Amino acid sequence: MAFGKKEKEALLDPLFNNNPIALQVLGICSALAVTTKLDKAVVMSVALTLVTAFSSLSVSLIRNKIPNSIRIIVQLAIIASLVIVTDQILKAFVFSISQQLSVFVGLIITNCIVMGRAEAYAMQNGPVLSFIDGFGNGLGYSFVLILTAVIREFFGSGSLYGVQILNPTTMGGWYVPNGMMLLAPAAFFIIGFFIWVLRTLKPGQIEMED
Amino acid sequence: MDLEHYLSLAVKSIFIENMALAFFLGMCSFLACSKKVDTAIGLGCAVIFVQAITIPLNNLLLNYVLKEGALAWIHPSMEHVDLTFLGFITYIGTIAAMVQIVEMALDRYVPALYSALGVFLPLIAVNCAILAGSLFMVERDYDLADSIVFGFGSGIGWALAIVALAAVREKMRYSNVPASLRGLGMTFMLTGLMAIAFMAFGGIQL
Repeated sequence: MAFGKKEKEALLDPLFNNNPIALQVLGICSALAVTTKLDKAVVMSVALTLVTAFSSLSVSLIRNKIPNSIRIIVQLAIIASLVIVTDQILKAFVFSISQQLSVFVGLIITNCIVMGRAEAYAMQNGPVLSFIDGFGNGLGYSFVLILTAVIREFFGSGSLYGVQILNPTTMGGWYVPNGMMLLAPAAFFIIGFFIWVLRTLKPGQIEMED
Repeated sequence: MDLEHYLSLAVKSIFIENMALAFFLGMCSFLACSKKVDTAIGLGCAVIFVQAITIPLNNLLLNYVLKEGALAWIHPSMEHVDLTFLGFITYIGTIAAMVQIVEMALDRYVPALYSALGVFLPLIAVNCAILAGSLFMVERDYDLADSIVFGFGSGIGWALAIVALAAVREKMRYSNVPASLRGLGMTFMLTGLMAIAFMAFGGIQL
């Protein structure tokens, strides 16, 4: 199948024009909790992107065979099985990060991005397109996640990906780490600012008064 | 194990480790359904209800079916069966089924409450706070009594947070927010400020 305009749109649209976190308000729970360190955010992003892509693919493959009344539970079963596989792989290969992510790997099941794409896109479109759409939405999520993690880890502990860049005072350096960055509220502020910037650049996304 | 232990667990799950403001759980519905206090109260009650039922239930499932050696009560030869890897799919199954059952029971016996909760009950099946409650229960090795207290506590904490946010958002209507920050962006800022306020509970020890 040629990589036409439609495929490209499905892949790139979720990055800025229709970002799952900033515009669709999906999948925020984990986005905020795993962003204190960059390595955690990267592992989480990869896991979520793969789960979304493959769940969209499998839901799309059997979309004509699922009875409408039980489609939610069928989707949940597919997603839960994929997450179990992901969790076992993470435990086997990156055990320490999987310990730090604690319950959040399991929470991919209830991450609204995965369910949302399965329900809104994969139920209506072909497998290849759904796979690309799932992948694209995963990337849109990863983009926000990694950006937030970079800011939080850099200012919060003066390091990136565990490598010390700014020399903190605790180790005889000059940088006083901003402990606030590692706490819950900072994550809300950063995503809030991110949405602010995105909507200033793209005024079409501004919400109307109700 | 005395009353003090359960009281401290309840306070911890309501305030100090608030599901919404300290762990960011259930954020999707937290942000989407907090425009009005009425809906926030409805959703909050539904979460308390489901949370208080599913966490103890999943605790029983874990201890009598999934854990290594848990199946010994069926036959001694099954002592070494370890089904913990099936955890996720079991918990989400329990939650989805429970929500369905609760919905049908309410419809039949307490129609007033059923119509008050309305569309929120089915939504709860995919609320991450519910699944996270069960996963925390597993991770922290709570026993049955602990998980009942934790279920109620975490549900109340979440409900408290969403009602408070909805009240603030109703007031926000009178303020002049920059256009591109309106709606979602401002809600994030508000939640951040509320999270700071809740951090004041951090030092409390009972």
